This record gives sequence, C-alpha cells and structure tokens, in this order.
Amino acid sequence: MFQHDRLSNEITLFQKIKNLDYILLISVILLSVLSVFVMYSTDGGEILFHTKNHFVKLAVFFPLMIFVAFFNIKFWHNFSYIIYFIVILLLIYVSFFGIKSSGSQRWMDLYLFVLQPSELMKIAIIMCLAKYFHRIKIENVNSFTSITIVLSIIIIPIIFVISQPDLGTSVLIALSGLIILWLGGVKIKYFIYSFITFLISLPFIISFLKPYQKLRILTFLDPDRDPLGAGYQIIQSKIAVGSGGLNGKGFLKGTQSYLDFLPEKHTDFIFTLFSEEFGFIGSVGLLILYAVIIFRIVRIGAISRSNFARLFCFGYAFAIFIYIVVNLSMVLGLLPIVGSPLPIMSYGGSSMLATMIGFGIVLSAKINHKQIIA
Amino acid sequence: MIKSNSGIRKTDVINRRMFIIGAAKVVIFVGIIARLFSLQINENKKYLTLSDKNRIREWKLPPTRGNIVDYFGNVIAGNLKVYQLHIIPEQVENFNYLLVRLKNLLNLSDKRIARINKLKGELKPWDSIIVSENLSWSQFVKINNYLYDLVGVKPVMTISRNYPFNDVYTHVLGYVSQPNEQEILENEIIQERFVPGMKIGKLGLEKRLENHLIGTNAIQRYEVNAYGKRINQLEHQKGEQGSKIRLTVDTEIQKACGKLLNEKAGSISVMDIYTGDIIAMYSSPSYNPNLFLFGISQDEWQLIRNNPLKPLINKTLSGLYSPGSTIKPIVALSALENKVIDTKFKVKCTGKMELYGQTFHCWKEKGHGWVSLKNAMKQSCDTYFYEVARLLGVDRLNITAEKFGLGKKVLGDYFDTEKKGLFPNTKWKKNNLGKGWVLGETLITGIGQGYIQTTPLQLCMMTAQIANGGFAVKPKIIVDSNPISYEDAKQSMESGLLFDTESEELLDKKLFKNQKNIKIIQEAMFASTNERFGTSYKSRIDDPKYQFAGKTGTAQVKRISKRERELDLELEQIPYKDRDHALYVAYGPYVNPRYALSIIVEHGGSGSKAAAPIAKKLFKLIIDRHDLRNKQSNFERITV
Repeated sequence: MFQHDRLSNEITLFQKIKNLDYILLISVILLSVLSVFVMYSTDGGEILFHTKNHFVKLAVFFPLMIFVAFFNIKFWHNFSYIIYFIVILLLIYVSFFGIKSSGSQRWMDLYLFVLQPSELMKIAIIMCLAKYFHRIKIENVNSFTSITIVLSIIIIPIIFVISQPDLGTSVLIALSGLIILWLGGVKIKYFIYSFITFLISLPFIISFLKPYQKLRILTFLDPDRDPLGAGYQIIQSKIAVGSGGLNGKGFLKGTQSYLDFLPEKHTDFIFTLFSEEFGFIGSVGLLILYAVIIFRIVRIGAISRSNFARLFCFGYAFAIFIYIVVNLSMVLGLLPIVGSPLPIMSYGGSSMLATMIGFGIVLSAKINHKQIIA
Repeated sequence: MIKSNSGIRKTDVINRRMFIIGAAKVVIFVGIIARLFSLQINENKKYLTLSDKNRIREWKLPPTRGNIVDYFGNVIAGNLKVYQLHIIPEQVENFNYLLVRLKNLLNLSDKRIARINKLKGELKPWDSIIVSENLSWSQFVKINNYLYDLVGVKPVMTISRNYPFNDVYTHVLGYVSQPNEQEILENEIIQERFVPGMKIGKLGLEKRLENHLIGTNAIQRYEVNAYGKRINQLEHQKGEQGSKIRLTVDTEIQKACGKLLNEKAGSISVMDIYTGDIIAMYSSPSYNPNLFLFGISQDEWQLIRNNPLKPLINKTLSGLYSPGSTIKPIVALSALENKVIDTKFKVKCTGKMELYGQTFHCWKEKGHGWVSLKNAMKQSCDTYFYEVARLLGVDRLNITAEKFGLGKKVLGDYFDTEKKGLFPNTKWKKNNLGKGWVLGETLITGIGQGYIQTTPLQLCMMTAQIANGGFAVKPKIIVDSNPISYEDAKQSMESGLLFDTESEELLDKKLFKNQKNIKIIQEAMFASTNERFGTSYKSRIDDPKYQFAGKTGTAQVKRISKRERELDLELEQIPYKDRDHALYVAYGPYVNPRYALSIIVEHGGSGSKAAAPIAKKLFKLIIDRHDLRNKQSNFERITV
C-alpha cells in the first residue's frame, strides 16, 4: 500500500500528529481538567499550593507526553534496558542519599521537584520485560535461564523499593512485571504453583511485616477496633463516599473534605473527595473515563505490529487498571491501606510523570503501530 | 515484511492471554461499581448520618428558669443579667500566663486557680470553663480593656436567678445553686438539660417545682472541623423559659410579717379561711437566698448555720411547738360536740387542781373562781380545761383535733421539710412509748402541753376552719389552673358543701355535728379579745371593719419548779432558752370573717404580751388589702 511504504520509513511531524489517538488524548485531557478541579476542591475552593502545583505539573508533563510520543517506538524499544538500569541506579542512589520523610526514604531532590524513582520503575519494568519477551523465542520462554532472568528483573527493583520501605509501590511493580510474564507466555502452572506457595508462606510473610503494616491489615479486617486511631482513615473515607449518595453533595460542598475529616485527601484518598462531591453518578462516570483510557490502550496494543508495543500496551493498560483497582479498593475498604495513588487524579509529581511517560509510549506505539521491530 | 513463525505464535499467545485479563478486568470493575452502589445508594442514609455526626456539634445553653410571682404578679423569683468570664481552652495560647493575668485582674484565690486547672483537665478543649460567674461591672470593663492580651477568654452576658425581695420569701421559695452529681442523676429532666453553670432548686418551691421552672435549653448548632474548631453557626434554637408560677402570697403582708417579727425567732402564717390560700408564711429570722447563687462564702455560711435562732429552719412548717392555750378552742369544741359540757357548765378555779396527789396549776395563782366556758376561754382558765379534758378523755379530743388538721401535714407534698406534728391518744402512747396513758397527761393535753406538738401553719388552719363555720379548707400556696373565687368558696361552704377542684366533686366538708357549737367557740374567742379581762383585750381593734377574735397561748418549754413559781420572775430575768413561747391565733373581721392567722414568737414570754400585739398591727394591713386581692382574682391563669 501507498501508506505502507511511507510508514516503513520515517514519518513526518504532521503525520505523527494526525496519527495520535485522539480518543485517548481527549480522555487524558478530560481527566487532567477534572483533576485540577478536584484539587481546587481539596484546597477548600481556593487556588492554593496543591492546585497550583498540580496544574503546573500537568502543564509540564502533558507536553512531555506528546514529546515522548513523537519518538519512534523503536527508539523506546532500543532504550528499554538502559532506562531500566538508570532507574535501578536511581533506586540505589535513593537508598543511600534519598530524602527521608515520615519514616521512609523514597525521594531524591532534583531542585525543581522531588523525584520518586520507584514510580518510574512502574513503567521501566514494563518496558524492560516487554523488550525481553519481544526478543526471546517463544520456545525458550519457559526455560530455566529465561525464568531466572525475568524473575531477577522483577525482584531486584522490588528489593530496593521494599527496603525504603514502600509496600504499596513494590506490590504494584511486582504486579506490573508479573502481567508481562503472563502475557509473554510463561506457563500457567508456574503461576498456579507460585500462587499456592505464596498462600502457604503468607503467615511467614506476615511475620516479617513491620508492626504498622500488620496494624493496617488488622484495621482492614475490623476498622472499628480503633475508630480514632488506625481505623480513622478508612472509616472517614467510607463515610465520605457513602454520604455522597446518588448525586453527591455538590462541587466544593463535600463536608468530610473541607472540614478536614478526610486524611490524605490530596493524594491516595482523592477519589473519596470526588465521590463525596459527585456521588455515585460521578464516580461511575470517572470509572468509565478510566475504562475508556484502558480500552484505548489495549486497542493500540492490539493493532501494533510489534510484540514489544503490544506487550507494553497490554502491560501498561493492566498496570493502570491495577493502580485504579488497588486505590479504589483501598478507599472503599475492600483492601488494607497501602499507599497507591490514583493515576493523574492524585497529587504527586513522580506518579504523574511516570503515567504521562507511559501514555507517551502508548501514543508512540499508536503513531508507529505498523512499525516492525526486529 | 514477513513475520517469523515464532513471532506470530507469540502474538497469538499474547492476544489469548490478554483476552482472559480483559474479562477479569470487566469483572473487577463491576465489583467496584457494586461496592460503590452499596455504599452510596444502599447505605447512603447511614453514612449521611455519620457525616452529619462528624460535622455538627451542638452546644446547649443553660435554660432560663420560669419566674415565680406573688398573687399580684410581682416577680419574687426572677432572672437577672449577669456578666461572666469564660475560658475556651482550645483557643488559649499560653494557659499558665493567662491564669496569672486573670488572677491579678480579678483577685482570684489559689484555690480557684487550682479548680480551673482541674476543670481544664476534665472538660473537652472546646467546652468553656467558667472562671467567674458573677463579674462586677468594673471587673467586666477591666477584662474588656485587657482582652487583647487575654487570648481564649470570653466575657459572656448570661442570665441568673435573682430574688428581688431578698430574705422575704426564703423559706417559701428556697434558692437555686449548682447541682451536685447525685442531684443530676436523680432527676432525668435535669440530667437531660444540664450544662455547666446551670443552677437548680435546692430547697423549697424552687426544688419542688424544678421540673416546671427549669425551662428548655437553647441550642446552638455549629459546623466543626475534624479538630473540633467551630467553622460556622448553623442554627440557634431558642430555649423556652420555664413555666411562670403564681403563688397565693401577698408580698406586702409577707414583708410586714418579717418586719413585725423583727429578727426574733418565730413565725407568722396568714390564710384565707374560705379558699385556703396562704397569704403569708414567714419564718424568722430569714436569710438572703441571693447569697447562694454563686456559691456562698464560708464565713457567711457559718454565720447563718451557727445562728442560735436557727434561720435555716422553716419554722412555719417544720417548727414543732406545744400549742399551749391556743388549743383550748378545740378542747372546748370537742367537749361540746361530745355533749360532755354545755354553755352552762361551770368549774370552780382555785388556782390549782389536785389529781391523784399531783397538783395541776392554773396560770392565775389566785384562781378564777366559778367559770363558764365563755369566761374560761376569755381568761384562759387552765383549771376549767383540766376538768373538761378529764371529762372528755384524750381519745375523743384527738378525733376532733385531727378533724381540724392537727397531726397532719398541711401542704402535703409541697415542702419536703414539713412536719406533721403530733396529737396524742392512748393508742399512740401504747404503740410508741409502750406505756399506758395516764389521766394527768389528759389534763395537760387539755391546755396544749405534754406530748402534743403542732406547727404554726397547723394552728393557722385550725383557726381558719373555726372561723369559716367549721368547714374543711384545703390550704394552698400555688394558684392553680382553676382557682375558685373567694365568693364561690364561701358560698359552697355555707351550703355545707365544698367543691373539690381535684376530684371535681362537691364534697361534704362539715367538721362539726352541730354548727351551734362552732358559734359558741367563735363567741368565746371574740370575748377573749374584745371583752374586758380577755387575755388579748389590750390588742383589740374596736372598728368593726378590722375587729378580730383570737386566742392567746403561752407554751412552757420546761417544767416550772415550785421555787420558780414562787419567784414569779420577770421575762428578762429568765434565761432565753427557758422563756415561754408566745402564741396567738386569730381570725377577722369578726363579722364576715375572711382571714385567719397564727403567730408564734419563740421564747417571747406570754402570748398576750408578745404575740397578740403583732396581730393587731397585721390585721389592719390584711383587711385593707382585701379589696385589692379580690380585684386580682381574675388574674391570668397558669397551668401547673
């Protein structure tokens, strides 16, 4: 085909812009705009610190996403391992020289903003494993060497992240990695065996947990055991969501949030505020918006010719899905409290940076969906 | 380009496995939506309530007590604006500094400071601590001047109980003060409406009518944030003032009673003989109930408590006295009713009477000679009544006395300190003292000595029931919802029936067998006051408008020894504690009587000298105010 010949070589900027996935793009823009309004509400209906910073971050990272998209997917394929190693180095750096805050050492000061490398690892691990499974022959996927290598790719960053300590992010990194293993063709029985092993060793894992982590699990099982202490967050969160009702209390009228009953309302519990103010209808609307984004990413993966792009898109779509599910389950009292932000909505630079880079690579895959990577 | 076989197979694997995940995603999303549905739709009400509970906090304000007014509507227990000083701990920056500043500004005692510190530990940080309940205006101004330096301090204008007539009504009204824990727990209404700084009735009608007077709390609803800080006021729900209560008492007469007793220990009661309205009920000496409102000082309390004249006792209701000769009308009446004597019956008084070797003296050593009923009452001849009592017997006397209200509470439940007194009979002595009745005891009961004990209000009611022609009255101090007018009460009484407002039935309230006997007693009492040689002749008023009939009494407080009888000491020469109580019961005007009264002056000496002159002064005032009182009878009706 005419187009086919053109695409096999470099494509023009105009065509790149034309080939962007506009449904995905519009959804992300919608989500961004929504997130600014919600942030404005967390500031009590004023443009304060969080609203300003969130807006500035969006203003920087959204163009960054387009910038990332304009690189050929081949480029991202080529640099996947290097990016992974750079992020590993950052994790090592953080574990020695990172900024400490409330008992954990996760951040590095970049003067302009504070970076959390573990957030970047969420993307880097998908890239790295996508490249690995793209390159390996299907026959060799289940070989001992191959399994050892992919498990090492997952475990090394997790060791650093878990020692920060940051259980939430390490779980998300592990899940993102495991999904690529699943998609890449690792035998189902391995998953079943490891799951059974996990269940058996669960008591031992729990005994290794830090006291506050054990407390979180106990609190999850029975929030009322300490309603003003450990159970406070989850109780207040459920009250906020539940009192939202069908239509919500209205924009800027969420009493739980503006009277400060909601903890962490800027970050992990942002959905609670949204749900209180916009109710069941708003919450389902937000979920649909996320579903559209996930569906578009899956679709881009499905039309991609290269398995790298396909694996990355499917993996990333799953990762986004997992972030949402873990975050919502947490604030709705379905899971113990683990720190996990809601993509784009939550306040937090590194998370947004990683998410936007992810979207960028997905868009790059869309622009270059006919690109074949050897 | 051509894809490798392996590449195609890999793509297939990826797509197949992606499909499984896609399906899982849909299921999980649906699960989350279901959870949202259950929280936001199914359990919405529960969480809305919880959310309101989070954000809305109520502050109850002390209720405003109802006023108590006298018969004419004058407020005798009201409310006054007072200035208070509160601290709100959560707003204070430096608590210790603040206390030092306040201590200097208001001269607070170290004890008070310690108490504030203790309260701070007990109360929630947003609850205010009352530093001073009653700031003087100058203190209030001072605080306001330094307010910039006193962060967390709030000058408050509030309402406090006030008794404008000070000590005039203390024994009727009682007083209010801060409740103790037990008092809060005992009364559900207080428990529900209690807020720090609230006061409750501790005594008298203030206590008895607590549930009517208390009023309801004003409620302020505030929206608060997670730290309990008030964000904005949502609502101010006004409280309702407690019920207004109208008493039957007349402040002018009540005040006059206080003045006439002039700090001497004693009591005066005045009653409407038809309606039973208590017009005055004064126990002397009294004390100022306003002292108790903000906590009485130790010195002042000791002064009241240790006063030998016992101001804390409501003598009208709780003081028990031998009636002395004031019982004689009942003794005579009982004898007439039982046909033991008639008007012609005469006894020779030689100054004493011998019985089984015991001598019973008449107050007049030389004796009265031959006396009939009328003369015996007039001159209060003891010998005559010894003989009558002997003939009558204590049991028959007891029946008549109890009919006229002796030995029973007059006001029933209204005052829990009221005593019922004692009118003895043979059965009582056997049951309570385990001994048989002795005839000598009948004799001294006949002159109102011995076991017999009465309260001044009982004597007043007894007199009222003789004055109204021998009908039962129901004494009352509160004007009820359906007050019976003086004329109606009189009319129904004279028809021999009494309308009972409680059962709404006409009841036969006759206390006599033959009304002629009542008339005989009335005439004898008239003679006692208005005829020469009557014991209270000196205190008579000749003007028929004010003319009254009465009976004096002089109650011995100890047995008089032979030596003392011979010495016949003047009052001033006898130690205060050993002096006789002076009593007087009377009613007037003699034609168309309206009011009865009883007067007792503790250790005042003889009834004719110490008690009867008070009646003379009082009757003029009482009768003069009768028309005013009549005009007031259609005053607004209050439900209690």
